[in-house]
Amino acid sequence: MVREQALKALQRVEQGFDRLFGASLNPWRQLGALSFLFFWVVAGTGLVLFIFFDTSLTGAHRSVEALTRQWYWGGLMRSLHRYASDAMVLTMVLHLLREFLYGRYRGVRWFSWITGVPLLWLVFASGINGYWLVWDQLAHFIAVGTAEWLDWLPLFGGVMIRNFLTPESLSDRFFSLLVFLHVGIPLILLLMMWVHIQRISRPKTNPPRLLAGGTLAMLLVLSLALPAQSQLPADPLHLPEVLQLDWFYLYAFPLLYTLSPGGLWGLAAAGTALLGVLPWVGRRPPQPVAEVHLESCNGCGRCFEDCPYAAVVMQPRADGRPFQLQPVVNADLCAACGICAGACPSSTPFRSVASLATGIDMPQMPIDDLRERLEQALPRLAGEAKVVAWGCRHGVRAEDLAEPGVAGFDLLCAGMLPPSFVEYAVRHGADGVLLVGCAGGDCEFRLGCRWTEERMAAQREPHLRGTVPAERVRIAWVNDAGELRAELAAFRERLKTLQNASRSIAEPIVIRRERRHG
Amino acid sequence: MARLWRIALQAVCYAACAGLIGYFSLLPSYRPLPAGQAMVKLTIRHAGQPVAECRQRSPAELAALPPNMRVATQCARERSPVTVRLEWDGAPLYQAVLPPSGLSGDGAASDYRRFVVPAGMHRLRAELADSVREPRRVDRLAEEVRLEPGRVLVVDYRGEQGGWVFR
Ligand code: HEM
Ligand code: SF4
Ligand code: SF4
Repeated sequence: MVREQALKALQRVEQGFDRLFGASLNPWRQLGALSFLFFWVVAGTGLVLFIFFDTSLTGAHRSVEALTRQWYWGGLMRSLHRYASDAMVLTMVLHLLREFLYGRYRGVRWFSWITGVPLLWLVFASGINGYWLVWDQLAHFIAVGTAEWLDWLPLFGGVMIRNFLTPESLSDRFFSLLVFLHVGIPLILLLMMWVHIQRISRPKTNPPRLLAGGTLAMLLVLSLALPAQSQLPADPLHLPEVLQLDWFYLYAFPLLYTLSPGGLWGLAAAGTALLGVLPWVGRRPPQPVAEVHLESCNGCGRCFEDCPYAAVVMQPRADGRPFQLQPVVNADLCAACGICAGACPSSTPFRSVASLATGIDMPQMPIDDLRERLEQALPRLAGEAKVVAWGCRHGVRAEDLAEPGVAGFDLLCAGMLPPSFVEYAVRHGADGVLLVGCAGGDCEFRLGCRWTEERMAAQREPHLRGTVPAERVRIAWVNDAGELRAELAAFRERLKTLQNASRSIAEPIVIRRERRHG
Repeated sequence: MARLWRIALQAVCYAACAGLIGYFSLLPSYRPLPAGQAMVKLTIRHAGQPVAECRQRSPAELAALPPNMRVATQCARERSPVTVRLEWDGAPLYQAVLPPSGLSGDGAASDYRRFVVPAGMHRLRAELADSVREPRRVDRLAEEVRLEPGRVLVVDYRGEQGGWVFR
């Protein structure tokens, strides 16, 4: 399929950038956050421009020119305003493409996708509106184009264009309206950006400092090297020979004149409709969602804390047990990542129960199965430096690492693994545990890698107990199978050097338990 | 050394991104009109004459009406369609019959068209007829116009200013 090919190409590019920037600073993994950054730059510089802008027919162009001549301040603000707006279109469109290629537009993600669509309209409307304010020849050209386009709708009665045909037909009031719109539309945009990230918890809205710094420096250098300029003042009775278009925003106008107003409306409507129905075409059967088992739940709320999609809410306890709260899963929001199961303190394999029931579990991959598969694999591990690797179905497969000394399991998400499993494996014969997930914090379920890291570093509950020596656990955030093999090989070499040193966990705790094997 | 290389390559990436943004924020330039051409924009917003003349109600008719509606003259609300014609160097350029707007046909007729024409001296003639009762009554303006390349000539019918305006 084309999408899969394109995804492979994208992943190759991303891996190249991983090597260059380091996975966590890779701009490809920060496109949404970068769009937010650009928005704030545009808003901040816009405020400065707003103070100096003259909202009159003759003053508009003059005031912008005066600003531009102050290259070190007003001109710089103007250039930053323009280039940050352009950059926002770039990152927004790449963000859309990337989410699409990774298939993150259906299932529970429909909400993020659908609320992204109006953002496109609002961003373009804000930008085009901004280009009117300069009131130069370009502004007049797009004013006429916009009016011709809107006049196609019966709503406007086909007379909006008459406001722009001759120099006399406009008034200062018109500029007050434009400025009002240029504040209003971006405010609505901001509101919708906020709505866009409502269904995910802890959204990445700030790029990492170093990346933000580099990006701002880039904008600054570009602004100084190529200051934004106006064209000649608007003249309704002359069209310039050439217009320098900002293609990030104004591509629609050449399109308008190659097609027709109706044609462009058709294209815009079809594009919007296509994006709008995408979450519901070729929909895969929904995954079973997380299930709460109150008999194993003490209401601690860790599942609620860790869920990346705010799908768990805590409600007053209803089963009569002496706890205050109980978790409730909203099936419409649950992405079936299993991170909640990894967070639940009842998910510990040390419990001596025949069937490991946990407080919140995934029907398609119960925690009990994880323990059973681990227990079957541990005795089969042979040779030196025996390793248990846990990975994720969405990343580089840990299961592919299987060999006599290595057992690999792939979970719904790296964050599904309860830390007690690591301890359990080490106590029951593994020399080391390798945790595998996607590089750059670019987890399919957003937070799996982050929670895993924090749990292993004992910065988050449930944490890995200090009885497991740190050198026996290694985390490999990778996006490439070769890289993972190299990590494993290096880890096993390291484990071999530890072999002779005394293991700090001397004797495995032997647990007697009846097991029914079906 | 490897670190320096990485930083240098990162700088190249940033520069490429800046280059991309800088380039497409200006280029490629767009030509709104082919070289040596000018544009004529026809714009009309004009209410045609009423389709029928106003008529005096007879005393009998008046008496039949409720007292508050006894107005002596009765006028049709519907307007005539507006016929426009443009002639360019003696050849027809455009012709249209524009219906009145509004549900009961009592609003203004309007139209907007753009024509790309060669620059230079040309003879432009505009005609408008707006009454079904007097089809012969045509409001016209014919002028020699000099259009340099890129000139936008606005051809507007402004009833209140006495008719056609070439601007
Ligand atoms: C103004 C433009 C936009 C901004 C600032 C923006 C920002 C963001 C941010 C910050 C996130 C959260 C990323 C994370 O924490 O993992 C996000 C997620 C998402 N965005 Fe956007 N976005 C924009 C436009 C769009 C558009 C146009 C689409 C598609 C139509 C889109 C689709 C998505 C989807 C599907 C997710 C969810 C990813 C997931 O659940 O894993 N966004 N966006
Ligand atoms: S499976 Fe994932 S999305 Fe669903 S409730 Fe658990 S943590 Fe939340
Ligand atoms: S983490 Fe487990 S014990 Fe805690 S509230 Fe959630 S289901 Fe209950």
